Amino acid sequence: MKRADFVAIAKWIAPNSQVLDLGCGDGSFLEFLQKQKPVHSYGVEIDDARVLSCAQKGLNVIQQNLEGGLALFENESFDMVVLSQTLQTIHQTEKILREVVRVGKESVVSFPNFGHWSHRLAVGMGHMPVSKSLPYQWYNTPNVRVLTVADFERLASTLGLKIVDRCILHEGREVTLLPNLFGSLALFRVRRA
Amino acid sequence: MSELHLSRNTIHFAEPLPLQSGAMLSGYDLVIETYGKLNADKSNAVLICHALNASHHVAGPAPEDPEDIGWWDNMIGPGKPVDTDHFFVIGVNNLGSCFGSTGPMSIHAETGKPYGANFPVVTVEDWVNTQARLADKLGIRKFAAVMGGSLGGMQAMAWSIQFPKRLDHCVVIASTPKLSAQNIAFNEVARNAILSDPDFHGGNYYEHGVVPKRGLRLARMVGHITYLSDDDMAEKFGRELQRPNGESNDYRFSFDVEFEVESYLRHQGDKFSTYFDANTYLLITRALDYFDPSRRYEGSLNRALADVQAKFLVVSFSTDWRFPPNRSREMVESLLSNKSEVSYAEIDAPHGHDAFLLDDPRYHNLIRAYFRKMREALK
Repeated sequence: MKRADFVAIAKWIAPNSQVLDLGCGDGSFLEFLQKQKPVHSYGVEIDDARVLSCAQKGLNVIQQNLEGGLALFENESFDMVVLSQTLQTIHQTEKILREVVRVGKESVVSFPNFGHWSHRLAVGMGHMPVSKSLPYQWYNTPNVRVLTVADFERLASTLGLKIVDRCILHEGREVTLLPNLFGSLALFRVRRA
Repeated sequence: MSELHLSRNTIHFAEPLPLQSGAMLSGYDLVIETYGKLNADKSNAVLICHALNASHHVAGPAPEDPEDIGWWDNMIGPGKPVDTDHFFVIGVNNLGSCFGSTGPMSIHAETGKPYGANFPVVTVEDWVNTQARLADKLGIRKFAAVMGGSLGGMQAMAWSIQFPKRLDHCVVIASTPKLSAQNIAFNEVARNAILSDPDFHGGNYYEHGVVPKRGLRLARMVGHITYLSDDDMAEKFGRELQRPNGESNDYRFSFDVEFEVESYLRHQGDKFSTYFDANTYLLITRALDYFDPSRRYEGSLNRALADVQAKFLVVSFSTDWRFPPNRSREMVESLLSNKSEVSYAEIDAPHGHDAFLLDDPRYHNLIRAYFRKMREALK
C-alpha cells in the first residue's frame, strides 16, 4: 500500500540527497524512499521497538529524544530533513522547528490537521475528535500539540520559516479547495527564510 | 541443535612487531579461539576484541574446564545474536595479557626469565596491528565485523581507522573515543595500589615467588565500583549487613566486613587476584589511558574518523557512568558529520557499565537484527 504522504514527501526529495527523518518510527518512510530513488539517509527515533524495526530494515537509525534538540547534527548538513507526523508529539514546538531548519537546507513538516471539518464538528458536538488522522482518545493520545494548517502557517512566519511548497491531503488525495477545512493531513516544505 | 565448533590455537608470529612507543617486540604468540566455520570466500569472519580482564575464551565451555564458560557466551554461539551457525567468530587474547598470549609473565627468549617490568607498553593501536597480522595468517582479507565492548570497542574503533578497508562493520558497545580525566584517575588509583604493594618488586615479583595480591585486590575493587551503577548497587546490596543466619543485626563497631557491599567487593578482589597478573593490569589500564585517536588530529575526532569505511553500530547504556552515553554520542556525532554509515542505540538498562555483558532483550535483539541483516549481505 502506498501512502499518499510518503509519495508527496518523496517527490520533494532529489535523488542522491542526504536525508534525515526525525521521528522515523519503524523506518517505513525511509524504506519507501530508498526504493524510489538513491538517497543517503538516517532516521532518528526514541522508541526501542521502532529502533529495532529500523535495524531489521538495515537503516541507519539514531536513538535519541527530539525534545533535546538536534545537537548531534551540524548546520545545513542535510539536503532534506523530514519531520513527518511527529511535530504534534513534541512539547518544544518552536525549538524543534528552529532545529529542523538549522540542520536541513530544506525540510518537510507534516502533521494531522485539527482544522478538518470532522474535527471541528466533533468539538462542536462537545467531544474531542477521533478520526483516521487523529486516531486516539484524548486520554491516550501521544499528541501533545494540536494545530491547524492556519496555525502552522502563522507560526512558520513568526519563526522566520519560508514555506516553499505545501500539500494538503485527505484520504490520500490532494485538497485544493479550503484545505484547512477539507484537508486532514498537512505537508509543508520549508526552509530558513 | 547446531554446534559451536570451538577450536583453540596458539599462533606464533616470528616477525618483530614495531610498537607505538618505538620499542620493538621480537617474536610473540597469540592465543585464539574460533567458533563456527569460515566460509569459502572467507567473508563471514567476526573478530571479538576483549576488554580489561577477559580473554580469547569468548563462548562455550572451555576445552580444559567445562565449568569455565566464555565471557560473552550470551552474545555469541549457535542461534545467539552473533550466530556462529553463520559467522566464523574469533576471540583473541591480546598481547600483554595473561591468558597465554605473550605478556609480562612469558619467558623472554634472551634472558630466560619472565619479561616482568621489561615487557613494553602496548597500545590499542598495537593490538590492532597484531590482530591484523592474525587475520593475514588466517587468510581473512576483510572481517564481516569487528566488535567489542568497553576497551574492546576501542579496538574495533581503531580497526576502522587503521585498516578501513578490512572490515565491513564496526560494532562499538559501551565504549568511548577517549578516557576522561575521571576515568584516568580511577586507573591511576588501581595502578598505585599495585605499584605500592611491597610484593610488587618493581614488576619482577615472579622471581621472588610472590604476587602483589593486595594491590591487585584493591585495583579490582576500585575498578568494580565503576562497572556498576549506583542503583544497581543499591538494589544488590543496599545497606544490608553481612550477618550469618540468626546473628544480631546490630553494628559490631569494627573494621571487619560489616556491609554486604564490602563482602562483595572483597570477594571480587580476592577472586581476581588469584587469576590475573598485576603487570598485565598496569599495561591494560595504560592502554586505556593512552587511547585517543583524535590526538594526531589536533583533537578532531571527525578527522580521525574521516577515512572510515565500515558501517558502525554504536550502543551505550543509560546508567553506565564509566563510559556514559555522551561519550558514545561524541563518536556518533563525528561519524554523522563525516556522513559515515552509523546506527546508535541507547539502551535504558539499570546495570551500569557491566550491562554490555548482561542479558537484555532490547540490546540482544538489536545486535541480532544487525547481524542478521549483515548475513543477508554475505550471500
